[in-house]
Amino acid sequence: MVQSEVINVSNLDLTFETNDGPVHALKNVNLEINKGDFVSFIGPSGCGKTTLLRVLADLDEPTDGNVTVNGVSPRQARESRAYGYVFQAAGLYPWRTIAANVKLPLEIMGYSKEEQLKRVKKVLELVELTGFEKKFPWQLSGGMQQRASIARALSFDADILLMDEPFGALDEIVRDHLNEQLLNLWKSTNKTICFVTHSIPEAVYLSTKIVVMSPRPGRIVDIIESTLPVDRPLEIRDSKKFIEISQRVREGLRAGHIDE
Amino acid sequence: MNKSYGLDSDNKVLPVICVITFIVVIWYGFSILLNAPWEFDKAKRNSITLSTTELVSNTWSQKRPKLPTPDQVLGEIWDTTVNKKVTSRRSLIYHVLITFYETIYGFAFGTGLGILLAIGIVYNRATAMSVMPWIVTSQTIPILALAPMIVVALGSVGFGGLVPIVVIAMYLSFFPVVVGMVKGLKSPEQLEIDQMKTWSASKVQILFKLRAPRSTPYLFTSLKLGIAASVVGAIVGELPSGNGGGLGFRMLTGSSFGNTLHIWSGLFAAALLAGSLIAIISIVQRLVLKRMALES
Repeated sequence: MVQSEVINVSNLDLTFETNDGPVHALKNVNLEINKGDFVSFIGPSGCGKTTLLRVLADLDEPTDGNVTVNGVSPRQARESRAYGYVFQAAGLYPWRTIAANVKLPLEIMGYSKEEQLKRVKKVLELVELTGFEKKFPWQLSGGMQQRASIARALSFDADILLMDEPFGALDEIVRDHLNEQLLNLWKSTNKTICFVTHSIPEAVYLSTKIVVMSPRPGRIVDIIESTLPVDRPLEIRDSKKFIEISQRVREGLRAGHIDE
Repeated sequence: MNKSYGLDSDNKVLPVICVITFIVVIWYGFSILLNAPWEFDKAKRNSITLSTTELVSNTWSQKRPKLPTPDQVLGEIWDTTVNKKVTSRRSLIYHVLITFYETIYGFAFGTGLGILLAIGIVYNRATAMSVMPWIVTSQTIPILALAPMIVVALGSVGFGGLVPIVVIAMYLSFFPVVVGMVKGLKSPEQLEIDQMKTWSASKVQILFKLRAPRSTPYLFTSLKLGIAASVVGAIVGELPSGNGGGLGFRMLTGSSFGNTLHIWSGLFAAALLAGSLIAIISIVQRLVLKRMALES
């Protein structure tokens, strides 16, 4: 099978000018992501994992280097609505129902009324929120709100899904459940997913490729191609392979800290 | 056991009654004090001495008192509302209605102007830099000094009657709306703006789908300040306008002819008008914000 490249990052550098002087957020980052990959970015806070995701989404601009998404610049990719972005907070509008929240990007992009309804129905099914269309965000639990936010990012059917610690604020049990659902969703839609996390088990469980990052300056210290099978029940986390990969991630994180 | 030491809504009534009673007692006291000299003069002219009871009852029932008693004011209000036709210039309601219309028009135009200016300021740096200082300066000029000039200037180009008064009411009411709405339109979080950006939303879409709804709580706060300012503007505007009518006009003529009952009844009516308008906005505010789940 020929793998087609979706995201290419070469020699990326990003420095923020702050009141306390320049902060080197990303240094010499090189990365390739293929279609259908599930890539996790893991590292301690300040390692630039969120910044890297924001660069891919054209929310932050690199100081130097070259980034392409679907073969074009991040800005062109954003303008052609190439990706859906899920933020750390669900960011649902309290004055809109769940259905109306999911519909919001479709309204903005000018889909017809029928198409809007059809798509909302479809993505709410995907995240198992059918029946909650008319509820308001405050009537839903945190996990359900985040699922609605994922549905919203999926609604316009972009090939790429960028997720910035979407389950970071949720408790362990809800998180496990959502991870399982997310894997199913990824398998059934064949989307390319970039997923920022600071949890090792989450990264190993979900990913086909794990990018280990380190702070000051933010950089990539290891890229691990996962050898886990595509079908991953939750129990896989007790397997030998899973533990081996986890160890390698941990070593990468530690190595990044030693040379400070 | 009720452990709250503060005042909850159940026992607000007692303190309010206490304060009102206190004010009324003081008021009657001052009525005696201020109206007594005239009684003494009269007694002197007629060479009689007044007993304390006579003095008190006389000072509380003068035809043209320096300070009318609360019951005289209430009597005046009753007389000029219930016993007069609304179309009569002697009716208090006639004057309240005039001030009410001026207030509403001034408020509507002021709110519109305020919202437009706020949008301009939020979206355009040049507007923010050039207009904002003038907006602030405009509010430092005493409206009492400005009002006659507005009346004369607009009158000279053919805009008499209500127009100058509406303009003055607008002049006072747009300011809180600008200030509140600039803050409100800027109130969405960075995350919400970024989110809109990931969908490549246009500025107009961001305005209507995000900034406007987010600014609703700020809008209502501004509206309450704006309508109160508009009532003041309408009354101040009526003073130099001469013969148009309205509560300001009534209070002014009361002052000119020494009719304190007209002044006090006008004052009460103005307070009641402003209070009711604010109460109406508060009710709408509560309903809308509850519906939008934006209560804080």
